[in-house]
Amino acid sequence: MQTMDFDKAFQRTKAKRYFMDQAIVYVLFLCAFVLLFILFSILTHLVINGVSSINVNFFIHLPKPVGEVGGGMANAITGTLTLLFLAVLFGVPIGLAAGIYLNEYADYRFAQVVRFTIDVMNGIPSIVFGIFAYVICVLPMKTFSVLSGGFALGIMMIPMVTRTTEQFVRMVPNQLREAGLALGAPKWRVIVDIVLPSSIGGIMTGIMVALARVAGETAPLLFTAFGNRFWNHNLMQPIAALPLQIFSYAISPFEDWHRQAWAGAIVLIVVIFSINLLANYFMNRRHRFLNGQ
Amino acid sequence: MQYQVPEPKRTASRILKQEEVESKVLIQVKDLNFYYGTRLALKNVSMDIPACGVVALIGPSGCGKSTLLRTFNRMNDLIAKTKVEGEILIDGVNIYDKDTDVVSLRRQVGMVFQKSTPFPKTIYDNIAYGLRLIGVKDKHILESVVEKCLRRAALWEEVKDSLHRSALSLSGGQQQRLCIARALAVNPKILLMDEPCSALDPIATSRIEELMEDLKKEYTILIVTHNMQQAARVSDKTAFIMQGELVEFNITSNFFTNPSNKLTEDYITGRFG
Repeated sequence: MQTMDFDKAFQRTKAKRYFMDQAIVYVLFLCAFVLLFILFSILTHLVINGVSSINVNFFIHLPKPVGEVGGGMANAITGTLTLLFLAVLFGVPIGLAAGIYLNEYADYRFAQVVRFTIDVMNGIPSIVFGIFAYVICVLPMKTFSVLSGGFALGIMMIPMVTRTTEQFVRMVPNQLREAGLALGAPKWRVIVDIVLPSSIGGIMTGIMVALARVAGETAPLLFTAFGNRFWNHNLMQPIAALPLQIFSYAISPFEDWHRQAWAGAIVLIVVIFSINLLANYFMNRRHRFLNGQ
Repeated sequence: MQYQVPEPKRTASRILKQEEVESKVLIQVKDLNFYYGTRLALKNVSMDIPACGVVALIGPSGCGKSTLLRTFNRMNDLIAKTKVEGEILIDGVNIYDKDTDVVSLRRQVGMVFQKSTPFPKTIYDNIAYGLRLIGVKDKHILESVVEKCLRRAALWEEVKDSLHRSALSLSGGQQQRLCIARALAVNPKILLMDEPCSALDPIATSRIEELMEDLKKEYTILIVTHNMQQAARVSDKTAFIMQGELVEFNITSNFFTNPSNKLTEDYITGRFG
């Protein structure tokens, strides 16, 4: 009987199927574990090497000249924050607007061209963005500057922000747009009042990811912000940044500077982490409100 | 606890006489053809829709009933490569005229969708949205309209203490009533409903049906539904559409008891579709 054969075959392969099922779970688990392992090794290594140099002085003092022990990276920390602020100013409005345009207005072929361009831009090495900003900003202004650094990081953010904005805006159901239009709202009001508030959580996450990525960039800053061992309050002058400081300390021959570079790396990670936490907090609060909790 | 499905109220106003139903024509559809690209989705549809009352549009999936509904507030304009021929007159004015202001048309013709579509705002802001669009800022006016519309949509008692909570925290049936209240806030003459109950349970459905019963005294309601019992329950006139053609448009009681067309009879007796 055919059904009997089927049952037998089912029984015969039972052990094998059970084994495969388990094996796949273990392989997947292992990969997830490798990920955790890498992250934790990096963090442990950082903490072991750098934590001894982290103290109040590190946050409030300028770097000391070679040979003198102590000093800090106060200027680099504020420098990085300034550069990130400028990057958001340059990158987010353009990325956001382009993403909205692609999904809400652009015709299919134009959108395809822009999407392809974005993917290419995402693949461009960051140092090229640095050179680009050097040619566009630094050469005409004849000086390395905060502005050009922020510009370089900003244009790096544009493709990432555009892509995530487009994705999350596309996820807003069309019926919601139609409901707005059916009330007599013009299209731009529908976008501002309904589409963006519905997708803002995803968009913010995208912006944070982009920000975290550029926060650690060193190469684009070499040609633009340049680095500075002192305080700078002028947008048209070079400024210190954590990645730059870490880079120059790490390649120096001094033991004390090495330790400070490790400490700088910890601070950089904490800065990025706190920006993410902060964004998360606001997003969660909004999410809880919308779901009525 | 036992749940009882409330019977829709059958008031005296429900069963209108033929003369009453055809008293005044509000919407005239004249030789309407509608194309998606090159595909003809509505063929030569002509119908006179009376003011006040419920008109149900029924027919098999893909027959064009939603398309027809969406021609009344020009929602199809949003879909690329569509084309309209013929006329739709509302109060004698052709809405497909070149100078028609689509925005003011949509204020006259409100719409409720299959899935409830609360905006990601508070209940209050959802209702006030349509008014704020036209620049109403006065808090007293907004408050009174919000209360009036929520009462009209039979939602006030349930939400009056939580007006400033998110509209997404409401249940599906409440959300749908919120959408009706929101549509009423801009003071339309006509309400289009595209399968408003298809995602709701029987209790929520009967509440919406009761509401339609009440609203039809002031508004002209057009409803697309897949549920023939619903069409029979709520509507005064029923239109049967098949493959883009208006097969029969008749007083609901006649439509279901004594259809004049063989196709209608086959459809309502379940011989196809």
